[in-house]
Amino acid sequence: MCGIVGLFLKQRFLEPELGALFSEMLICMSSRGPDSAGFAVYGAPAPSGKLKVILQHSDLGFDWSAIGIALEKRFLDKPSVEVNSTHARFLVKTDAQRVRSFLEEYFPEVRIMSVGHRIEIMKETGSPESVVERFSVRRVAGSHAIGHTRMATESAVTTEGSHPFSTGVDLCLVHNGSLSNHNRLRQRLGREGIEFHTENDTEVAAGYFAWQLANGATLKEALEAGLKDLDGFYTFTVGTEDGFAVLRDPIACKPAVLAETDDYVAMASEYRSLANLPGIEGARIWEPEPAVVYNWSRGKGAEVTGERACRDVALAELGER
Amino acid sequence: MMFTQTVDLAKTSVRALNQRLHELNAEHDEEHWRILNPRGAHAIACGLRVPVTVEIEGHAGYYCAGMNQKATVIVHGNVATGVAENMMSGIVHVNGNASQCAGATAHGGLLVVEGDASARCGISMKGIDIVVKGSAGHMSAFMAQTGNLVICGDAGDALGDSIYEARLFVRGGVRSLGTDCIEKEMRPEHLKALETLLKQAGCDARPEEFRRYGSARKLYHFQIDNASLY
Repeated sequence: MCGIVGLFLKQRFLEPELGALFSEMLICMSSRGPDSAGFAVYGAPAPSGKLKVILQHSDLGFDWSAIGIALEKRFLDKPSVEVNSTHARFLVKTDAQRVRSFLEEYFPEVRIMSVGHRIEIMKETGSPESVVERFSVRRVAGSHAIGHTRMATESAVTTEGSHPFSTGVDLCLVHNGSLSNHNRLRQRLGREGIEFHTENDTEVAAGYFAWQLANGATLKEALEAGLKDLDGFYTFTVGTEDGFAVLRDPIACKPAVLAETDDYVAMASEYRSLANLPGIEGARIWEPEPAVVYNWSRGKGAEVTGERACRDVALAELGER
Repeated sequence: MMFTQTVDLAKTSVRALNQRLHELNAEHDEEHWRILNPRGAHAIACGLRVPVTVEIEGHAGYYCAGMNQKATVIVHGNVATGVAENMMSGIVHVNGNASQCAGATAHGGLLVVEGDASARCGISMKGIDIVVKGSAGHMSAFMAQTGNLVICGDAGDALGDSIYEARLFVRGGVRSLGTDCIEKEMRPEHLKALETLLKQAGCDARPEEFRRYGSARKLYHFQIDNASLY
């Protein structure tokens, strides 16, 4: 069992309150996932030409200045750094591939949480409330946030085993469930040049979606393709730079509730997490259908897609297994 | 005289509420309870054993009114997984939608869902009557043993998979039937039973609009032709 939550704001006036609203949603899912928690927040974009790089080191006293100096030497620009507990945010003037390769080669002891224009991922072991406090999530502003509370079953309770997972620029994924074909898929994606850092099934799904998006698929198309290629139980919530999507597998064992008002779309494993949101009394509340991609993006409004077509494809595939 | 007891779950724990409801004695205690601020909490009004009426003013979480006996539980909102699971008798009335496994394994009583029920509605039902005024999701009445499931809207995939002797009535379309579930003749006794159920549920649909589904009885009897395999 795990808990997942997501909040996607449609209106800018709520942006300063994102962290406060989202924190309560996440903490409410503690009973579904008391071991560790993590979240991705999409805040103000990095200055033009720069990327936000979020790094993690388990030692609270870790000296980040050496990384700053090395990044400056390598990319000929002094990166600004902001330390937040075990994590540090660097603004680096380069592209995602270069900065990832550089850090992996010279600072293998440091974990790369996310790379992107807007995304910031932070995750740690401990209760969701302690994670919220540690990173002062209540004060965070942004357009959308996705979070996860974990009850580890197959792998250890570690920071790197916590969600969200990010393997692409500004992309993140949280998952409730388990995948059964992740080993074969990891090999296949490895041959396509996607790198993995854990044995975790969710990381494979994140890598799969990143690979689909890198090959030109839209978020909706990537998720629809996932219905065919990912075998197992899942409720996924995905964030991109300006988008938010939810998908449940065709059997739909793992719970999900969506709520939408004129101001936001919210997703949670259970309604309890939505009960404190403003205007929830008047919200449209529903359970997402199995094998149907629900996605929203800023500016373009809501798009609910593929209801029957992708569902039939997925069921046919299930029958063939 | 009807006496209403109001409990605010913003101030009282579900455990304390349920304890008070469990301590009720059919002759002396409150007949009507109002529960405020349920906010999706789990296990509200579980295990009731006396004929009281409990009204829940909002959305309830998992296993609402589970194991109910004799009580009437009315939810003015949606319910999460497993409403009225293992109910023995009484009435559970949901004014919104119900999540998966509504009425699971229940032995008796009546469950009415005004909106839709999602997947696995009436899974392994053992005598309960369920009336869903909207549609029901996939795998509804999976391994249903006895009782009646009435769906006024559409049924999802694999309706009645591996069904035993429950009766299924669907007014709308059935996306697909599960293994060993077939359409059956609607005889006068079925129309009569359906009429009674619709009336009890406060539903104005006419019994003639429904089709009946049930077990082909090929799955749970031993096929003598297979004896030579042993």
